[in-house]
Amino acid sequence: MSQQIETGFDPKVEGRDVIVTSVDAAIDWVRKNSCWPMPMGLACCAIELMAAGASRFDIARFGAEVMRFSPRQSDLMIVAGTCVYKMAGVVKRVWDQMPNPKWCIAMGACASSGGMYRSYAVVQGVDHFLPVDVYISGCPPRPEALLEGLMAIQRKIAHEKAVVNMKTGNGPGISTPISGPVIVRGEYAPKLKG
Amino acid sequence: MNLQAAIDRLKVRLGDAVSDPVEFRGETTLTVSRDKIVAACEFLKKEGGFDMLTDLSGVDNYGEDPRYEVDYLLYSLAQHCWLRLKVRVSEEDMIVDSVTSVWQGADWHEREAFDMFGIRFRGHPNLKRILMWEGYRHHPLRKDFPLAGIPAELPETAVNADTVRTAPMLGGPFVTSDGTRSSIRREPRQFDTLAERQEKLTHPTKKESV
Amino acid sequence: MTTKHEMELIDSAARAQQVMDGELGSEKMVLNMGPQHPSTHGVLRIVLELDGEEIVNAWPDVGYLHRGDEKIAENMTYTQFIPYTDRLDYLAPLANNVTYAYAVEKLLGMDVPPRCKYIRVICAELARISSHLLGLGSFGMDVGAMTVFLYTFSEREKIYDMAECISGARFTTSYTRIGGLAKDMPPEFVPMLRSFLKEFPATIDEVDKLLTRNRIFCERTRDIGVLPKEVAIDIGVTGPCLRGSGVDWDIRKSHPYSSYEDFEFEVPVGTVGDSYDRYLVRMEEMRQSVRILRQAIDNLPDGPVNSPDAKILLPDKEAVLTKMEELIHHFINVTEGINAPPGEVYFSAENPKGELGFYIVSKGGGTPHRLKIRAPSFVNLQALPIMAKGHMMSDMVTILASLDFVMGECDR
Repeated sequence: MSQQIETGFDPKVEGRDVIVTSVDAAIDWVRKNSCWPMPMGLACCAIELMAAGASRFDIARFGAEVMRFSPRQSDLMIVAGTCVYKMAGVVKRVWDQMPNPKWCIAMGACASSGGMYRSYAVVQGVDHFLPVDVYISGCPPRPEALLEGLMAIQRKIAHEKAVVNMKTGNGPGISTPISGPVIVRGEYAPKLKG
Repeated sequence: MNLQAAIDRLKVRLGDAVSDPVEFRGETTLTVSRDKIVAACEFLKKEGGFDMLTDLSGVDNYGEDPRYEVDYLLYSLAQHCWLRLKVRVSEEDMIVDSVTSVWQGADWHEREAFDMFGIRFRGHPNLKRILMWEGYRHHPLRKDFPLAGIPAELPETAVNADTVRTAPMLGGPFVTSDGTRSSIRREPRQFDTLAERQEKLTHPTKKESV
Repeated sequence: MTTKHEMELIDSAARAQQVMDGELGSEKMVLNMGPQHPSTHGVLRIVLELDGEEIVNAWPDVGYLHRGDEKIAENMTYTQFIPYTDRLDYLAPLANNVTYAYAVEKLLGMDVPPRCKYIRVICAELARISSHLLGLGSFGMDVGAMTVFLYTFSEREKIYDMAECISGARFTTSYTRIGGLAKDMPPEFVPMLRSFLKEFPATIDEVDKLLTRNRIFCERTRDIGVLPKEVAIDIGVTGPCLRGSGVDWDIRKSHPYSSYEDFEFEVPVGTVGDSYDRYLVRMEEMRQSVRILRQAIDNLPDGPVNSPDAKILLPDKEAVLTKMEELIHHFINVTEGINAPPGEVYFSAENPKGELGFYIVSKGGGTPHRLKIRAPSFVNLQALPIMAKGHMMSDMVTILASLDFVMGECDR
């Protein structure tokens, strides 16, 4: 005797096919499955980032194959590689140009903490001037590790509050990106509200 | 002409400005005095057949006098041989004539030697920093500059002063040094500030006989 | 009361004629092709002076990936520096490892067994194929042929599998050691390499079919970025860029190292020195690398893979655990490093990007006094202003891709 399993839903509105969920869930689902990365490919990790985008590891199945090199059109900045002080201002400026909501992955040991380059020219971790959401370790991390990091970002996005509740005032609201001279401070780590 | 003939002709032409060749592992090195380097390079390029400048590097021999040296590595495509020229530069007068008039490719190499050591090249078309940013005040590859760096400014992106931090060396070892038996001396985990590093340089540890 | 204004109306045809005659002085625009850019192949900043669409001048600005490798080298033993060499030309890490190992071995005046030399040749040639594949893939992608990128990347994945088999890491292998290799070639490697060599020529042919006689590709690359022979030699350009300009010089032929004299292969040389020639040189070099690999794997000698000098290379673990002398050697080697003689040495090898050279100044002891890395990309990039002058803005992308530099080694 075989059981037939059907997918069904219990419509709350009589006579119509309507699914009811919360706005946050819907918007978060849309956001996490179409996270367009801005590859800040600085050094060797960029090659593994490219390999993750190529056919074997296929970042496209996560909705993230559109590597937008323009910060205005991307959501997720993947800092892949060693960030040196000369480049830090550039990375910060590009980060500031990205509109909210935006997330940041520090890919690899060099982006997370300076890696094996304990020297005068290397920023010991991009979290000195960027708010990093996910750190991926490895030198370079395998593309599977990058995909795991992407999935961690997706899990993080899934828990966010996407809209402002007009009655209670909860939620992040829409904040404007910072423009003007780049300010780099060691303690800069804005907290995500909501 | 082959390598030996080129060296002989060079010595004939420049006399005492060129030292005797030193050979090590099949390579020949000549020490040339500072004021004759352009003449030597021109001769070697035009008549010696050394048409390619493979490398130009500075070296800091801390503790010796003259402290710096600039090494030119020439290559002859016809003869398939290398020749190294060495110019010693003292700390008080760190200027050498530029060889960009002889080989175009010396341009960036000399800029890097200036950036890393502070050696100036007279006659260089564009002697600016190349690897560090404009306005950086130190010369990183000098022996008295610590690996961890010195706090500095980043002028071009309007950042706060003192945002170039030193790389944290405490909790190491992240570096090692020439073999002494004592691992405390060899892996300096306790030297974290510039003052302590300078202290170590001015009072170098003796090799232990344990 | 009427006021009369006199105005001169220039109609558009007359104005166009003025521009063509050069009477209207046009302001040159300075454009920053910034360090973050999809086509600059790494963090390179180019300041372009443009006259409309035409490039008048181009100044490359490097240093956005300067990590202080040379200073770090003065604080590491010779063996501890090997992982840093991986990250120099990060498209071909095995080749850098091989070059560095030979440089230090030249300083020590030691030789390695023949098996080690053959395996190092295999590593270097695989790295060459890997680097050229990525260079050509991104060249195609920048010019517009996106499919080539995906084809070349899937071949590179096979090379990564082989690198993982032989060294444990896909990418930054750190495989060679001073005096030998980290470990011998595992038996699974040989069938992997043979099957790769069987399938790979078909992919080169496919890329060839897609690009070489492609009308758009030819229009975009022929006569673009011409580098004359004398200028190339004067700057010190090496590698496929030099050979594309017509100079027949390859270190594997003129100063054979690592038993390259045992192999039969040809060195492709271009004629014109434009981007198309450099593309063709790289394609043919890949085919010649396949030839070398076949010979190497067919004639691989048996024997030990590490040199027997225990003072330099770590001795066998069994001997370390049972015999006194090997234990002492192991201890001294690990704690103090290799005791190199004082002197200075320069060794260079034919890396995929050009001549990678290590100039090591040693004052004795386990750490180098000065380690200068002669990076091919650093020197090749000096040719950029000469190649770009007079071309259009979009040709800049072609020229950068055909130069095939990598910033990791340029900035060190």
